[in-house]
Amino acid sequence: MNRWLVVMVAVLYLLSLAVGPAWWPWRLGNEVGWAIVWELRVPRATLGLLIGGVLGLSGAVLQAWLRNPLAEPGVIGVSACAGFAAVCAFYSGLAAAFVLAQPLAGIAGAGIAVALLMGAVRSGTGTVSLLLMGVAINAIAAALISLVLALSPNPFAYQEISLWLAGSIVDRDLRYLFITAPFMILGAAIVLGAGRWLDALSLGEDTARSLGVDTKSLGLRLTLGVGLMVGAATSVAGVIGFVGLIAPHLVRARVDFRPGATLVPSMLVGAALVLMADIAVRLLPTAYELQLGVFTSLVGAPFLVRAVRRARAAWLAA
Amino acid sequence: MSALAVRGLTSRRGDREVLSAIDLAFEAGEVTAVVGPNGAGKTTLLRHLAGLDAPAAGEVELGGKPLSGLGAAIRGQRIAYLAQAASAYWPLRARDVVALGRLPHGADLSRPARLSDADAVQRALQRVDGVRFADRSIDTLSQGERARMMMARALATEAAVLLADEPVASLDPAYALETMAILRAEAARGACVIVVLHDLGLAARFADRVIVLANHGVAADGPPAIALAGDVIEAAYGVGFRHILVDGVMQPVAWERRD
Repeated sequence: MNRWLVVMVAVLYLLSLAVGPAWWPWRLGNEVGWAIVWELRVPRATLGLLIGGVLGLSGAVLQAWLRNPLAEPGVIGVSACAGFAAVCAFYSGLAAAFVLAQPLAGIAGAGIAVALLMGAVRSGTGTVSLLLMGVAINAIAAALISLVLALSPNPFAYQEISLWLAGSIVDRDLRYLFITAPFMILGAAIVLGAGRWLDALSLGEDTARSLGVDTKSLGLRLTLGVGLMVGAATSVAGVIGFVGLIAPHLVRARVDFRPGATLVPSMLVGAALVLMADIAVRLLPTAYELQLGVFTSLVGAPFLVRAVRRARAAWLAA
Repeated sequence: MSALAVRGLTSRRGDREVLSAIDLAFEAGEVTAVVGPNGAGKTTLLRHLAGLDAPAAGEVELGGKPLSGLGAAIRGQRIAYLAQAASAYWPLRARDVVALGRLPHGADLSRPARLSDADAVQRALQRVDGVRFADRSIDTLSQGERARMMMARALATEAAVLLADEPVASLDPAYALETMAILRAEAARGACVIVVLHDLGLAARFADRVIVLANHGVAADGPPAIALAGDVIEAAYGVGFRHILVDGVMQPVAWERRD
């Protein structure tokens, strides 16, 4: 399966370079054509690839770790918390003074949200407590963002930030790519080796520990990894929801539900989904280009409804 | 030297003492049943033996060495732990669930199984008579079949110590008898088997030794005929018992409430 997914991601990446107001820009054969490729399309396609990959991977990690098929960075508030922290960095002027401030703030915000969620799930396991905690974190993050914007001296702040939070990878130049890519790649490297331990967790925390899993250090490792991935991704692209929910669902049955085996395919499917969505928003006949996050929500939210219905039997047990 | 021992083990939950300074030693090749009323600390004792909880005082020793000094992986190889009402959160294939028992030996479900792991999984499946379910998804199995797969998961580790927390709870008589036979077979292979039971009849019949826990401590410890004698368990459970002799085995039967 992975081989086919790699081919699909590669094709979508090339399409992402090709599609836009100027189709096949390299065919122009002049400086303008190559400028479009290198300064517009390559950053956009590469960010789509990386962000989709880390969102799909984060969804797979969170679902395996929390043993819950509804866990996803957007739904449970990790992205929103990262977004709030990035907004703070932006409006406090830190981001202007120090180029890494925004991704680092995003990473810290995401890490805090993951730690809060872990605490909630420890004290009362079950889908209901997880989703309610997610609702609370989302609400707090949204309220805090509004507060920061109200305090901002910039009158256009609200519009700017609303658009940015809706999720987009348009007009991000190579610089954004260079400062966030290392964090995303590092985060992915940190969690990709944890597959065996995630497999063990499917028998519950006690049994996993009896099988030699150090659940405390695993928790720290996954918090750090997901924090790096979602924090860096959100700081550059805003909130792109539901990719982390859908990607693991699409691959799970094909790997016999082994949590560790969902990681790599979820990453590839996540990358494919975001590349596809980003191509779709360019092709839709809207007055201005639809925000990528709006598009993934439009397509992804019904998917969540379906997943909740399926999980209802498990809710009763939770 | 005992396979597993606790010295002065004290366990607290909040400020309540669950176990107070108990000393016990467990031998290889024996089935030891731990019985006692609800809340007597049976599960707590087992969790300490598995190294899942840290004692408030005292120590657990594995083969004469402190358990707390062993690495998690080594501990996982030497002690297999079957949790109460063990289950899987995902509809995994039964064979994959059993293969998780090989994790402490370095197995990885995402890679092709090594020969030694595949053999151990197959042996475990045979011991629980579960080969025919091996390729089914765990959520399509009956409760009894699933419990059997969870037992196979614990056996696949091929550890020297096997801890089972109420493995027969909610099983029908056929599965319960089969489970006890599996535990006996493990002891016959030389394992140190410690099992928490609520069914005193099964304990009397299948255990080499019975430990009665009550009032934060060990109320009785010895062969079933002695540890399950009327006065001991009547005091521990606060219930009147009748003893019936069946095929030469004394079966205690809870008969009347005592207030």
